Amino acid sequence: MRHIINLEVENNAGVLARIAGLFSARGFNIEALSVGQADPNATARMTLVVRGNDEVIEQINKQLNKLIDVIRVTDVTKNYYVSRDLVLVKVTATPTKRNDISQLINIFGAKVVDISNKTMILELGSSEAKVNAFIETLRPFGIKEIARSGTISMLRDSSGTF
Amino acid sequence: MTGAEMIIHALKKEGVRALFGYPGGAVIDIFDALYNSDIPFYLTRHEQGAAHAADGFARASGEVGVCIATSGPGATNLVTGLATAHMDSIPIVAITGQVHTHLIGNDAFQEVDIVGISRPITKHNYLVSNIDDLPHILKSAFYLAQSGRPGPVLVDIPKDIQQAKTSKPYPDSIEIKSYKPTIKGHMPQIQNVSKAIAASNRPVIYAGGGVISSSASDELRQFAKIINAPVTTTLMGLGVYPETDKNSLKMLGMHGTEYANYAIQEADLLIAVGARFDDRVTGKVDKFASKAKIIHMDIDPTTIRKNVQVNIPVVGDIKHVLHELNKIVEPKENKEWLEQIYKWKKDHPLKYKNDGRIQPQYVIEQIAELTNRKAIITTEVGQNQMWTAQFYNFTHPRTFLSSGGLGTMGYGFPAAIGAQVAQPDKIVVDIAGDGSIQMNIQELATAVLYQIPVKIVILNNHSLGMVRQWQAIFYDRRFSSTCLRRNINCPPDCDQTGENCPKVYVPNFTKLAEAYGATGFFTNKVEEVKPTLEKMLNTPGPVIVEFEIEAEENVYPMVPAGAPINEMIRGMA
Ligand SMILES: Cc1ncc(C[n+]2csc(CCOP(=O)(O)OP(=O)(O)O)c2C)c(N)n1
Repeated sequence: MRHIINLEVENNAGVLARIAGLFSARGFNIEALSVGQADPNATARMTLVVRGNDEVIEQINKQLNKLIDVIRVTDVTKNYYVSRDLVLVKVTATPTKRNDISQLINIFGAKVVDISNKTMILELGSSEAKVNAFIETLRPFGIKEIARSGTISMLRDSSGTF
Repeated sequence: MTGAEMIIHALKKEGVRALFGYPGGAVIDIFDALYNSDIPFYLTRHEQGAAHAADGFARASGEVGVCIATSGPGATNLVTGLATAHMDSIPIVAITGQVHTHLIGNDAFQEVDIVGISRPITKHNYLVSNIDDLPHILKSAFYLAQSGRPGPVLVDIPKDIQQAKTSKPYPDSIEIKSYKPTIKGHMPQIQNVSKAIAASNRPVIYAGGGVISSSASDELRQFAKIINAPVTTTLMGLGVYPETDKNSLKMLGMHGTEYANYAIQEADLLIAVGARFDDRVTGKVDKFASKAKIIHMDIDPTTIRKNVQVNIPVVGDIKHVLHELNKIVEPKENKEWLEQIYKWKKDHPLKYKNDGRIQPQYVIEQIAELTNRKAIITTEVGQNQMWTAQFYNFTHPRTFLSSGGLGTMGYGFPAAIGAQVAQPDKIVVDIAGDGSIQMNIQELATAVLYQIPVKIVILNNHSLGMVRQWQAIFYDRRFSSTCLRRNINCPPDCDQTGENCPKVYVPNFTKLAEAYGATGFFTNKVEEVKPTLEKMLNTPGPVIVEFEIEAEENVYPMVPAGAPINEMIRGMA
């Protein structure tokens, strides 16, 4: 199963290397990883997307907890959560195609962030599934480049998963 | 105070009784500060020796072992020692010098990213990039090394940090918010353990190195006595329960006793105490203790359900968990089960042949008897290690020091030096193979010059015996590169020792001992074994004793790798 794990970590040099090293040394797979610092003086936040059966996920959780620089490990997929992926897509968009693409943009709630004679860059921040669908829908127009962030997520205090 | 002075100050504050290490450009400042210090420093002849000596010191005393090396090659020479300590959860603080802060990342002279290199083989490590962080980091290093599941911690200190000044004091205590090892076991779980024990008919206690780390041998013995259960130990656990006791099953696993492995396979309750279900213990893991419920007590939650499914996990310090358990667990008899155990012990004892030549097992029994099992024994790796584990009959914790997890040849001798420094009044003997001893033989200089009276017993089978054993059993006697007498004139496809084999063994260990100023004895006669060992014990200073033994002698019983542990190859004896 796919799990999203939020980590609160000390903002020390080398934390990322410790986590990456743990995954490679123990043969765990990271599907996505995002790192960011919400508050410059505080701890850093990482989100990992990992896949594995219950035993593997249990080991991943414990091994992450064992790292000295890791303060908190939260498997958000065990609770109600929101998660977001951000994608930038550069599509071929000659003037005649722009209308069709605009319609899609509206449906998905995406944004245009750049436009040239031949291409457009589109931005969408949404759930992983919606981002995937967005990319697939754009494919027939000719995708030139995709840049996609790792998932970030947060526990919800209300119920439901978005 | 300069950084270098702070390091020495920290060592004093931590009560460090001995340092092992080797100088170099990036640590001159530390050595300069050490010049006026009263902490005994042991200059080893190789940084690997320093790391193993610190490890042996730690295992023999329960204190943190400390070693120091310079940047670059000094630091990389520590790597095997750190990995050895890491695999066996031994508390070490390793201090390495590093190039100037402004040179880091420039491929400077003798620069190596030792923090990167040692990351997977330490419990934690630090690069100090600000002098004011140094006191806090050193305190953390000592705290991390010895708390929770112990392990090595490396602190890499650039030269300019050693020279810089700080007014920050060395902290008396420390808290690391992301590090809170669970010490107290969860009481309801401990009650569940007690109930499971009451409900069992065929319990077995399987004790590992965690019992030693937690100094819980007394609690374990008391526990075993209350519930009247047989006890088997891992290699790392040897000595936590007296192997001379009738309820001892001795060691289990690949070279464990038949009766230990049978007991595991027939048990209805397996009580794992500070052990980690290593593959050398379990053999084919889904056939391991398959009739048993499993209780697993360990301080490290990652060991639980890592290799086997567990019915009742208890995370906590073994000493605490057993202490609580002993208060509530009900006495048991296990009469039928113990009768079965005694029968297995009687029918399948460890044995060896007696053909008039020197048997290594006999040598080990003699060492045990002549020292009343009061000595500290270290081993190298291979057959020498397994025979020692099988035939010595350990009765006290911290008297068997051996590289279990990593299996590091060359560990035993420098570890013996460290152990002797920690316990000057004890007899310390390294039981060695002729291959392993050559991996850190340079430390003879250290032993001689510092008058560290370690005794080395070499069981010379002229080969890398344990590898040769696998070749003999599983590789059709194709003895590829395991004969240590092999020379340029030998045929490529040699499959045995015979008439035409080279007679000369290199080096001549007796002369080697003499060359270093130590004493050397040699014999190949079984009747001389005991007198030679007596001479060894009566000779002051470091001694090498070489016993010539048969290359064909193998370690039995043996479970082939990956087979269930009750499917053992038996010896010929
Ligand atoms: C540093 C290192 N290199 C290689 C090995 C693989 N190895 C395991 S046992 C062994 C043979 C050891 O020979 P020796 O020290 O003579 O001991 P014996 O088995 O003959 O008692 C070897 C090469 C090892 N464990 N450690």
